[in-house]
Amino acid sequence: MSKTIVIDGMEIPYEEGQTIMDAAIAADIYIPHLCHDPDYEPHGSCKLCTVNVNGRNCSACTFPAMEGQNIINKSTDLEHDRLRITQMLFVEGNHFCPSCEKTGNCQLQGVAYYLDMHDNHFPHFFANREMDASHADILIDHNRCIFCNLCVRASQEKDHKNVFAISGRGINKHLIVNSITGKLKDSDIDINDHAAHICPTGAILIKRTGYQVPIGERTYDKQQIDAVALAKENKHHGR
Amino acid sequence: MQSFIQPVIDRYGASPVQLLPILRDIQSEFQHIPAEAIEYVALSLDIPRTHIISVIEFYSFLHATPQGKYTLLISDSITDHMLGKQDLITYFAKQLKVNIGELRADGLVSLNNTSCSGMCDQGPAGLVNGYALTHLDRPRIDAIVKLIEQNIPVHQWPVEFFKVSDNIYLPGLLLQDPIAPGEALKARYQKGLQETLTEIDISGLRGRGGAGFKTAMKWRFCAEEIETERYVVCNADEGEPGTFKDRVLLNSYAHQVFEGMTLCASIIGAQQGFLYLRGEYLHLYDKLQNILQQRRQSGLLGNNILEQGLNFDIEIRMGCGAYICGEESALIESLEGKRGIPRNRPPYPVSQGYLNKPTVVNNVETFFAASKIALKGGQWFAAVGTDQSQGTKILSISGDCAKPGIYEYPFGTSIQQVLQDCGAADVLGIQIGGPSGTLIGQDELQRRLAFEDLATGGSFIIFNQSRNILDIVKNFTHFFAHESCGFCTPCRVGTSLLKKQLDKITDGYGSAGDVAALEELCQLVKNLSHCGLGQTAANPILSTLQRFPETYQQRLKKISYEPGFDLDASLETARRLANRSDAGAHLAQVEEDYS
Repeated sequence: MSKTIVIDGMEIPYEEGQTIMDAAIAADIYIPHLCHDPDYEPHGSCKLCTVNVNGRNCSACTFPAMEGQNIINKSTDLEHDRLRITQMLFVEGNHFCPSCEKTGNCQLQGVAYYLDMHDNHFPHFFANREMDASHADILIDHNRCIFCNLCVRASQEKDHKNVFAISGRGINKHLIVNSITGKLKDSDIDINDHAAHICPTGAILIKRTGYQVPIGERTYDKQQIDAVALAKENKHHGR
Repeated sequence: MQSFIQPVIDRYGASPVQLLPILRDIQSEFQHIPAEAIEYVALSLDIPRTHIISVIEFYSFLHATPQGKYTLLISDSITDHMLGKQDLITYFAKQLKVNIGELRADGLVSLNNTSCSGMCDQGPAGLVNGYALTHLDRPRIDAIVKLIEQNIPVHQWPVEFFKVSDNIYLPGLLLQDPIAPGEALKARYQKGLQETLTEIDISGLRGRGGAGFKTAMKWRFCAEEIETERYVVCNADEGEPGTFKDRVLLNSYAHQVFEGMTLCASIIGAQQGFLYLRGEYLHLYDKLQNILQQRRQSGLLGNNILEQGLNFDIEIRMGCGAYICGEESALIESLEGKRGIPRNRPPYPVSQGYLNKPTVVNNVETFFAASKIALKGGQWFAAVGTDQSQGTKILSISGDCAKPGIYEYPFGTSIQQVLQDCGAADVLGIQIGGPSGTLIGQDELQRRLAFEDLATGGSFIIFNQSRNILDIVKNFTHFFAHESCGFCTPCRVGTSLLKKQLDKITDGYGSAGDVAALEELCQLVKNLSHCGLGQTAANPILSTLQRFPETYQQRLKKISYEPGFDLDASLETARRLANRSDAGAHLAQVEEDYS
């Protein structure tokens, strides 16, 4: 008999070693997330996947699924908390969706749609962040970085390089590039690297591909992020 | 540069886990870590340069840009403020002709603030080139300025500038009668492993850092791990503002602390221990190394300890200015030469700690107590205190009282009793457990020191009626925003938002809705943050909103709407551009001002 956990009253199976997120995705349950991608080592930093496990808040992407867990994923309180976290990410950086070429394909925006976010709620930080357009094919717009660490992990785990790192402390946290000048052009990134394509927002973009798909026909223009994420992340989906 | 750096790297075995000490040594030579050094160290340790840059940018005491030959840091703890810190740092800046936070043009001196330096009973305090300065006042600052302008090396400065006193006013069960070196270990080998662990269990000893996990249980969990390479870590990153008892324990009772670590090693089967000493306590480093050396010479450390076949040694690793490294998993990351980011748990350090091996991390006071319990027995300790909090607790008392210093109390002692002993009068409130703890009011003095009532890692700051609650809360809230590691969104963004929102209210731009918004934000940061720092960062606001709501209300504007910022001040750029400052170029904050 397989082991089970309960998410929002529904009993779902899990395997030893799976996180709550793994088990949820396999059962076609969407838990909002930004720093998590099942292809990479879980990070647990964005906190959007916060769920309530037997009365205690945990990050679904890092917390192991265990027998006896009664998990709340959908509740007014949690949805409100996730909305606020998303708003925090919006005010921390400089996100201007209408002028961003990632609009419609951006996971931060997708999550905001999903959580029915209508304003930023908090005062803006108006952080002074620079762009790195030095590379011939790849652009970094630090204004849009949400520190999900996915480019760092992709470069290490899949590309076997160390192109990116997170530096600084607290609100001064920032993405840095591994090159003598600190510029992307002097790093050993390649346009085919996973790290160049993993960014959930418009912080790392491939040049000259911006408006190939018109606005209105993009990923989250057609489908909510829950359906998109489950379709992509659940390897068994559609079988 | 290489001729300096290569021997440093060799000294630390070219090991990436030794990155922090390597960077400390480089910085003490060059007053910063030059880009060339970063490249060289990266190559030598075979780690990405970004790893080194991210470590430098994480720790307050490491710098990629030049600092002064004399680097002055002034402690920004609330207790230093209460002793006139703000006036002193301004005076310092004026006398040295340097701006706070900057390096003087001639490169001789830099001046900045630093988080609580652990000298709250003898402040205002500071650090010069890492060494603690106490009892700062204007005459002493004049003397220091003269020494700096004459370029006199710090080790030639008058010793009284660096005098750090223990100020033990009330020794109790543990402090009044320290054990002789080796006594606890001998007792442990006479009793045997299981019996000794049982004694510690009976004693009811719980972690003295504040969290209160049962010590015997932690040691047993670690001992039961399958992996046999295990570590003992003593957490001496005493960063909670208002706490300084570990400094005193390491200054005057270090043998007993090291003995507690060795005892733990003998029980869990560890061969290596670390004392993670906060950077602010650099003045203790040589003294502690000497004590370790003495213990090696007397057969209490090293190979075949007491001829019992135990091989164990202790290495001192210095912190570099990061409050978060007091969190045990962040501390372990720091020990491994990384940024101090708290890990995801589980797994817990007892199963996967240092280098992912089973590790016991305990507070200085826990090891200190454990060694005496091994000698005296569990009942001796458990006979004191309350049912749920056995034994005694060592307090660091500071703030408005006649005798700030170290006091040891049985758990269950009332706050009233403590106030009486240290000579506190006219009390407004007491911050128990530091900024991450609770601020209690004068109607709660019957409450007791205990895990089940008022838990504390040792910080006990007294405020009298002349103090302003919001000044205190502001100092604490800014502290957390400064010390947030930045890993998770709720703490990274939330602590900065708390700072903004609180400042808006204290600066007089808040309206009724702003207090409600502040409270909501507090709950978010508390409930969603990754670790204890974020989970407690809102405590100063929450505990004062509950007890002193009128203090917040008094700062609010009476009108229903007002801009949440200084309207006129924000027009300054426009006025400068337009080169005018007539009445028409100014705006009143509220329309009523015109009527």
